[in-house]
Amino acid sequence: MRANCWIAPNKVAVKNVPDPQILNPRDAVVRITSTAICGSDLHLLHGYIPAMKKGDVLGHEFMGEVVELGPGVRDGLRIGDRVVVAFPIACGNCASCERGLYSICENSNPNAAIAEKVMGHSPAGIFGYSHLLGGYAGGQAQYARVPYADVGTIKIGDDLPDEKVLFLSDVLPTGYMAAEMCDIKRGDTIAIWGAGPVGQFAAASALLLGAERVIVIDRFPYRLRIARENTGAETINYEQTDVLDALREMTAGRGPDACIDAVGMEGHHASAALHAYDRAKQATKVETDRPHALREAVLSCRNGGTISAIGAYGGFIDKFPMGSFMNRSLTMRSGQAHVQRYMRPLLERIRKGEIDPSFIITHTMRLDDAPHGFDIFKNKQDECLKVVLKP
Amino acid sequence: MARTTMGVRSVTDSLGIERAGRDRGSEGLARFLGWVSLGLGVATLARREQVSRLCGVDDSPTARQVLAVAGVRELGHAAALLIPRRAGWGAWSRVAGDVLDLAAAGQAMKDRCGERRQRLTYTTWALAGITALDLYTAVRTTRGRRLREANRVYASVTINRSAADAYRFWHDFENLPRFMSHLQSVRTTGDRRSRWTAKAPAGRSVSWDAEIVDDRPGQLISWRSVGGARVPNSGSVRFIPVAGGRGTEVRIELGYRAPGGVLGTRAAKLFGENPQQQVCDDLRRFKQVIETGEITRSDGSPDGSNVQQQVKQRPAQPLATRGSGR
Repeated sequence: MRANCWIAPNKVAVKNVPDPQILNPRDAVVRITSTAICGSDLHLLHGYIPAMKKGDVLGHEFMGEVVELGPGVRDGLRIGDRVVVAFPIACGNCASCERGLYSICENSNPNAAIAEKVMGHSPAGIFGYSHLLGGYAGGQAQYARVPYADVGTIKIGDDLPDEKVLFLSDVLPTGYMAAEMCDIKRGDTIAIWGAGPVGQFAAASALLLGAERVIVIDRFPYRLRIARENTGAETINYEQTDVLDALREMTAGRGPDACIDAVGMEGHHASAALHAYDRAKQATKVETDRPHALREAVLSCRNGGTISAIGAYGGFIDKFPMGSFMNRSLTMRSGQAHVQRYMRPLLERIRKGEIDPSFIITHTMRLDDAPHGFDIFKNKQDECLKVVLKP
Repeated sequence: MARTTMGVRSVTDSLGIERAGRDRGSEGLARFLGWVSLGLGVATLARREQVSRLCGVDDSPTARQVLAVAGVRELGHAAALLIPRRAGWGAWSRVAGDVLDLAAAGQAMKDRCGERRQRLTYTTWALAGITALDLYTAVRTTRGRRLREANRVYASVTINRSAADAYRFWHDFENLPRFMSHLQSVRTTGDRRSRWTAKAPAGRSVSWDAEIVDDRPGQLISWRSVGGARVPNSGSVRFIPVAGGRGTEVRIELGYRAPGGVLGTRAAKLFGENPQQQVCDDLRRFKQVIETGEITRSDGSPDGSNVQQQVKQRPAQPLATRGSGR
């Protein structure tokens, strides 16, 4: 089959690789009909996530048709079913899964011992997301093996096109969980750093969950425009406006009730000098992640407010404003999305028309064009916000 | 069997440092010697004149050079003893340094007399004392290590099943090869007897009989090999309910006598055998099997959790074992 493979930092290529097969009783093999490039794939592309190997199949946002099933798959999954696959791999049986914390499944990372060396304890395995998180082949391919298929998939009827349900695999639940972690009350103002797909869905979700006002912060005018037109958020371009001042002004000095970091480890700063400071430390591995958005979110948040850190971080950050965080009684919540927990309720919301996730798609191309897709997504060319690949 | 939980390794520490039974006294002594080295090194380098006078060798430029080299060397000993998380072979580097120092002192003694010779004599006696202490420390730290490595391994894991379930699963020894990767098969041969077959180096296998020596339903099973097992071994597993209905702690302890003693153990390690790591991997797989019904496999780790395999991953690409494309 054809699959998009990681070759080296800043290099991916579509190659012929063997077809996946059933390895375990609860596996399924899915013929992929739609798959997407995620912002977190760019961290892999840039080489900031450790333990990538030449030839790793990328991709963790995919859906398709079940073509093969292991004998142990429960929950009435059948060959021919149309399914969306959750990006965290979760067994459904361990204590974490039973509490709904699927992205920290205790059994799905066979390489947990390496992850423990870096993170203390291991999170769940993730499709196409480094050997630290399992060494699973990803879904930017024609087929994928889905372990624990009875837990990791949701069946979709024929009433909804791929474009409306594909993002149940990752970015829609991720954005939704970011908003949910803000514990939104009536009248709340939510500020969101990053107008990528997760930021867009976090904005839409925050309004859906009853926020009074949502303010999205980015530096690309087209992304801010998409947020204004599709989610009802207000926007700040941080290259033109000082974010702290603007947020203070917009909230008459209080600050937003909750701040969502939907940027993660590769943030930018309006000040070239400050950006260069963290970029240099990242290049020399003194710190692995550039936490510009997180720092600003902490300083902006109202006293007693909540920081919802949903953007992906991989390792270590410097200059975290701990004094501000501690003295002002802030709370931080975080996590990779527990996708399996959100797929069903969010599918219901899509069915009812409460949200149409397809508004983020700016490009649809063939799987063979994946390297081009990575390129324009990375460089924000051609107003790229989300690339969907058709194998 | 009564053993506190302190010092017992959990499977989540499988790449880490062995904590079980560490000889705290010799560790402390080794650290102390590290600080002594640091002090000596700094003093010698900063106050070479005074030190050379104290030792009675202030009359020779060569001796002062030798002292400078010794000072730098002391800093090396300090690094070897203070930086690693566990004092291993660092103490032996001090013993080697002592031999050099004694030789240098002996050489210097030959062409000196009077007060200088007197001072040099005191220095030599001091050196001899230090050598004895270093030798004692080095032997104690490394002997302790060898004994630990050769004999016993401990590991533990928490599972989301009741102690009764875990006991029942483990009590059927025929289940053990499902998660203990070095076992080929276990066959129950009697009420308390079973026949175990394990993989041995070079594709061979080794078999022995085992008997259950203690069996407390829902709590503990312990067993030992009987007759002429080539690798006499014993094991016990305890199942302890976690407070608040949070599953069960499974704590395992294995003992064995490796063929060829210490040398045999070292040779086995050269071939990649590490019993501590294997037990940790085994318990991880036990958790997977009893909770999910299967061993977690990925394209990078198709044989499941195995620390050695994690270091040498194949690419995350489907395996090419079954014929043509779809």
